[in-house]
This record gives sequence, C-alpha cells and structure tokens, in this order.
Amino acid sequence: MTVERIYVFKRFERLWHWGQASLIIFMLITGFEVHGSYTLFGFGKAVDLHTIAAWSLIGLWVFAIFWHFTTGEWKQYIPTTDKVVAMIKFYSVGIFTNAPHPFKATTLKKHNPLQRLAYLGVLLFIGPLLWLTGWLYLFFSDWAAWGVDQYVSLEWVAFFHTAGAFMMLLFLIAHVYLTTAGHTPTSHIKAMITGWEEVD
Amino acid sequence: MLSKLKIALSTLVAGATVAALTAFATPVPAPAQTATNVAPAAQAAMPAAAPDPAAMVKKASNSTADHSKFKELQKEFKSGPEVTKACLTCHTEAAKQIQKTKHWTFEFINPETQQKLGKKNVINNFCTAVESNQKFCNACHVGYGWENDKFDFTADENVDCVVCHESTGTYRKVPGLSGHPTYKDMEFPPHSGKIVKAPDLAKVAQSVGKTSRANCGSCHFYGGGGDAVKHGDLDSTLKDPPKYLDIHMEKKGLNFSCGTCHMTSAHQVPGSRYAPTAAGKKDAVAPHMRGKADDSNPTSCQSCHGTKPHSAKMAKLNEHTDKIACQTCHIPEFARGQATKMTWDWSTAGQLTPEGKPIVKKDSAGRNAYDSKKGDFTWEDHVIPEYIWFNGKVNYTLRETKLDPSKVVKINSFEGSPTDGKSLIWPVKVFRGQQPYDSVSNTLLVPHTFGADDTAYWSNFNWDKSLEAGMKAANVPYSGKYGFVKTEMSWPITHMVAPKADALTCAQCHSKEGRLKNVKGIYMPGRGDNNQLLDKAGWALALLTLIGVLIHGAGRIYAHRKG
Repeated sequence: MTVERIYVFKRFERLWHWGQASLIIFMLITGFEVHGSYTLFGFGKAVDLHTIAAWSLIGLWVFAIFWHFTTGEWKQYIPTTDKVVAMIKFYSVGIFTNAPHPFKATTLKKHNPLQRLAYLGVLLFIGPLLWLTGWLYLFFSDWAAWGVDQYVSLEWVAFFHTAGAFMMLLFLIAHVYLTTAGHTPTSHIKAMITGWEEVD
Repeated sequence: MLSKLKIALSTLVAGATVAALTAFATPVPAPAQTATNVAPAAQAAMPAAAPDPAAMVKKASNSTADHSKFKELQKEFKSGPEVTKACLTCHTEAAKQIQKTKHWTFEFINPETQQKLGKKNVINNFCTAVESNQKFCNACHVGYGWENDKFDFTADENVDCVVCHESTGTYRKVPGLSGHPTYKDMEFPPHSGKIVKAPDLAKVAQSVGKTSRANCGSCHFYGGGGDAVKHGDLDSTLKDPPKYLDIHMEKKGLNFSCGTCHMTSAHQVPGSRYAPTAAGKKDAVAPHMRGKADDSNPTSCQSCHGTKPHSAKMAKLNEHTDKIACQTCHIPEFARGQATKMTWDWSTAGQLTPEGKPIVKKDSAGRNAYDSKKGDFTWEDHVIPEYIWFNGKVNYTLRETKLDPSKVVKINSFEGSPTDGKSLIWPVKVFRGQQPYDSVSNTLLVPHTFGADDTAYWSNFNWDKSLEAGMKAANVPYSGKYGFVKTEMSWPITHMVAPKADALTCAQCHSKEGRLKNVKGIYMPGRGDNNQLLDKAGWALALLTLIGVLIHGAGRIYAHRKG
C-alpha cells in the first residue's frame, strides 16, 4: 500500500495550534490554582501568569481570526452531518477491527466531520464562554463604572468561567487521545508538527 | 522580616510591660525619661542611644519663638493653672478652643446615631467607667481639677496646656490628683517605693512647642490602665519606633508626629473612634489639599495616598481598594512593639491572701496575669487581627441600653455589609472580658473603683458597695443585684503601618484557611467559595473521559495485537 502525503497544516496554523495548546494547558494549570484546587506557583503568581497567558492568547487569536478569514480557512469549520454516523461507528467499532477510516483528509477538507463539530464547539461556545467570563473577571473593579454590577456577580462569573475550564479540560483529554486515531497512531501528531499528513 | 524582629522585641517588651503595669502607669510623662519613675526594665525598651529629649527639642525646633526667653515664663509657678494663665497672656484664644473639644468635654454626640458618647458617658470593658473615679481617670483629662460634677468647664485656667506641649519629659499627671501633676515629690503607686518627682513648672513651661508623639502618647499609649493595654496599635514603642513598626514615624525616616495625620486646627483633632472614617473619600486625589474647602477627614490613608496607591506593576492591588481597607494588608499584625491586653475578666477580682492582702500574679512572660483589683488578664503580641465589614457606623451599649445576659454583649458594634457600598473589610482588635451588670434591669454597671472611701473596690474589694456608689454617682438606678456578663469591644487597627515589604501577600487571604475566611458576602477566588457541585461534576467528568479514552486505547492495542 502506497502512503500518500498531503500538506494539511500551514506554518501559521501549526504555530497557532501549538501556541494555543501550550497557553491553554498553562491556563488550566494556573487557573485551577487560582480556583483553589491546589498550590503550585502561589496564588498571586498564578493570577499574574494566568493573566499574562490570557492576554497572549487573545493576541494569538486576533492573528488567527485574521488568518482564517483572509485565507478562507474558516470554511474548514462549517459543520456537516455527512459521515458523522460513519465516524461514530468507526471510533466505536471499526477502529478495533482494522476497518478503513471513513474520512479521507484533503487540503480542502482537513477535519473529519466529528472534528469539525468539536472544534466549532470549542471556537463558538467554550472559547467565548471563557473569554467573556474571563474578561469580566479581569475587569471586576470596573463593573460599577460600566453599570453591569447589578446584573452580574463574581460568584456566577467564576462559576461559568470554571465550567468553561472543565469543558476545555474534557476537550483536551479527548483531543489528545484522538490524535492517536489517525492513519497510524502518530500520523496526526506528525502532521501538526511538519504540516504533512500521511493518508491511506 | 517580622518574625526576625519579633524575637528580639519580645524580650524587650516583656520587661517594659511589667514595669508599666506595676506602676499603673496612667499617664506617664511625655518622653518618660526620668529615672525616678521609670523602672530599669522600661528603660531597656527605649533605644540606648536616645539623646536627652530637652536638648533634642532645642536642636530640632525650627520655631520662631524660644519660650525660655519669655518673661511671662521666667518665674516660679506653684501650680498648673498658674502656668496656664501665663500661656493665655499671649495665646488668648487657646483655652476657649480647647473647651470646645472632646479632649475637654469628654463628650461626643454621634451625628449619625445621636448616641451620647465620650469618656464621660461610655462604659468599656477595661476599667469600665470614669464616673465616680474622676480623680484617678481624669489624670488623662486635658485640664486641672475635674474630680466631681462640680468641675468648672468654663474656667480658662483649668485647661492644661503643658501636658500636650511641654518637652522636658518631666511633667506627669499622676492618677488620683484629678488631672494635676504632683507639686511635691510623692510615692506612686502608693507603697511601691517609687518616687514621682514634682516637675519644675518653669522649665516645663519654657520647653513648650509643637505636640510630639510622646505628648499624645502620655495618655493615648497608656489607655486602659497601662502601656499598650487598650489599642494594640498605640503604645510607648511609638515614641521612637523602628521602621518595621511604623513606616511613617521612624525618626530617621519620615518622622511623622501624630499631628501629621491628625491635622489639627484650632485644637480640634480630627480622627475619631466614635465616628470613624471607614473608607476615606471615594474620589480622593492625593494628597489631601491643605486649605481646600473639604469636609473629608485628613486622618485617613486615602487622604494622602488616594484610592489607587499601588504602582502600575501591581495594578491588581488597586482593584482591591474599594473592598479592603488599606490597614487590612498594611498592618498585618498588631502589638508588634509589645504585647497588648486581649482579655480582662473582672469576675475573678477580689481574691485576697489569708491576711486580706491583694494578690498580683504574673504570666510566664512576666506580665500581670491576675490582680485582685481587676481580675484575670491575658496578653498577646504580634496578634493577627479579626476582620469585619465596616462602614464607619458604631453603636454603643450605653448605661441605659438593655442587654441580653445570655449572649456576649457587644459594647460597641461596628456596622457594615458587603453590599452597602460604604463598607470596607477592616482589621480590628476584639477585646473580650467579663464585667458587672445589673442582673435585674439588664444594664451595664458603673463600679466605683478608686478612692480613699470605704466603697472603692480597689480599697475594699466589695462589689456591693462599689457598684452602689458608682451607680449613685452616675445618677442611674441600681437594683442592688449584680452578675458578670461576657462583653466584647472592637478597636479598629489603623496605626503602626508596616513597610510595604511586610504587607500581606495574596495567598494570606486567597487560600482556604486564609485571613478572611470568616468574612461573608464576597466571592474570593482561592478561598474555597467555589460551587462544590460544579467542581465535583467537572472533575468526575474529566476522570470519566480519561478512563474512557484509556479503555478505548487499551481496546485498540488489544485488537491490534490480536491481529
């Protein structure tokens, strides 16, 4: 069987991915410390680091959004129901029986339908939830000046921010595992490093 | 840094406290330097290199008047009032100014609660009440001769100018003399063998100048019956405080006097514990503009530092200033100079030896732990304050206030809430004790403690007589039945501001067992305020996901190996 290689992840995309990955992991670590789950850096340091990471991620996202729209890559996240059932079937049965992967990545369609749905969820729901609550958290002392103090309380902002963090953690666990579910266990990871994905 | 100094200081402190207490030292002469009335142990607490106070004042003074050159003061004075008359020949309005202050009237009407307060009216849980004990207590009145209700509050010569303005350190208003200094050498306390010398009033008068820390301290450091007893943030270590104790008052540093903050005008000293300023001015622009029409209290941190005092690098701290009093972080512990009294149980007073003599017992640090005249005490140094929401409104349990003896009576209760928009989280010293109350009318009682008569508790150890005499003097009915009720009194901690390096760090509050663990009504990250259900669900789902992918992965490996 010949192995075909296609170029799926461009340089900026890879940089964005790994930058975002490290920042998100770092923010999970510092965030749950601020939350009070454990002590690692010390509260004050954890807050500072979390804040720096947050602004860095925002900066990265500004570039990423610009990149996605100028390159048209945003289309990669348009949800589709096509082959969703096939993908679920593959992950629950086929993957154990050496069945062929029902989705073939191409440069124009690099995410399988489950990935599309998952990433869209992250981009449109988990991300904004964390951003919005995180910003409110950061600017807590300006609420009165903004006139929002009667509508929001820090308790609920913290609740939704934490809920978002847990969702991100669940995504992270599943995502890291599913990177091994490509053509070979390492093909997805290699692709995200080199840009080139091996496909059947 | 605090802990290092703590050890060194506690050794000094122990000695100083003993000396102060055995002397019942209220009040002491300004820079308490005379060998006759300060025990060696107390001197040890003062810096060895302290220069002669009189010489120092001469050098440091930049006044345009040298009072030793004034003819009016170059004569022999027989009494305090005579000195005052001499002062008033030039300072014509001074006495009238003083007579309008609460230092003189011992009376204060709280404008918000309309409660009649002031030393004349309140009952505390230290020495309890002034009424019937004026001769003793009014050693700290800024006047001469207030021994009963017949005192003439309008007589100019009754004002004591020198107690606040002299700088020899030899002038001492001895308790028992109704605000007079002693005019001939006397033994004080009685039978102590210690001699208080009569001050040279001419020298005292000629030494006058601006009010120093020691002048204010001669009463305010010794409140509650001895050095450091009452406040926890005001004691004799402030005469010459090291930097770590008081960043503003260190001599080599800013060398503030009390009046630098308590910016006095026409003898009215701003700053009050009856009606404190809890939050400073919200839009305070540093510094408090002198001369500008402004009814704000200059005696707040904000009046100089504003409400955003931290540098841009620590901007997050500025976001705390609308919730947390500066003092909460910047006075991390009180009684850092020497131990302060924390409890006082009057109910155990009156134990006598088989011969009928009063007893004094010491604790392991040599502080008074029991005194037949007063009961049991405990002392602590480097105390972590209690923290409360406080908006500046204080309600007092006064003589006429009904109390519930089954509960701890709050002699003063600080009002505040997280939502009133006026409150900040404040550090307080809470002083706890037991004291007599009328068990029929459920009100606090005024005991007659000091006097040469047969009703004074300190002479006769008889509560029935003491309380009857005290209440009669206070002109309040007494049922004749008394008990002891648990009481609490709060003192806002605001003096002895530490250097910034010693301020609280984030995690001292933002942690599960942190300083603010009992402060309600606010969500604090890190304190464990988070929604427990969300936490449990979140971690459970994360774990399930992890287990799920591990099983899935194991299945894949198994299937792969099988073929």
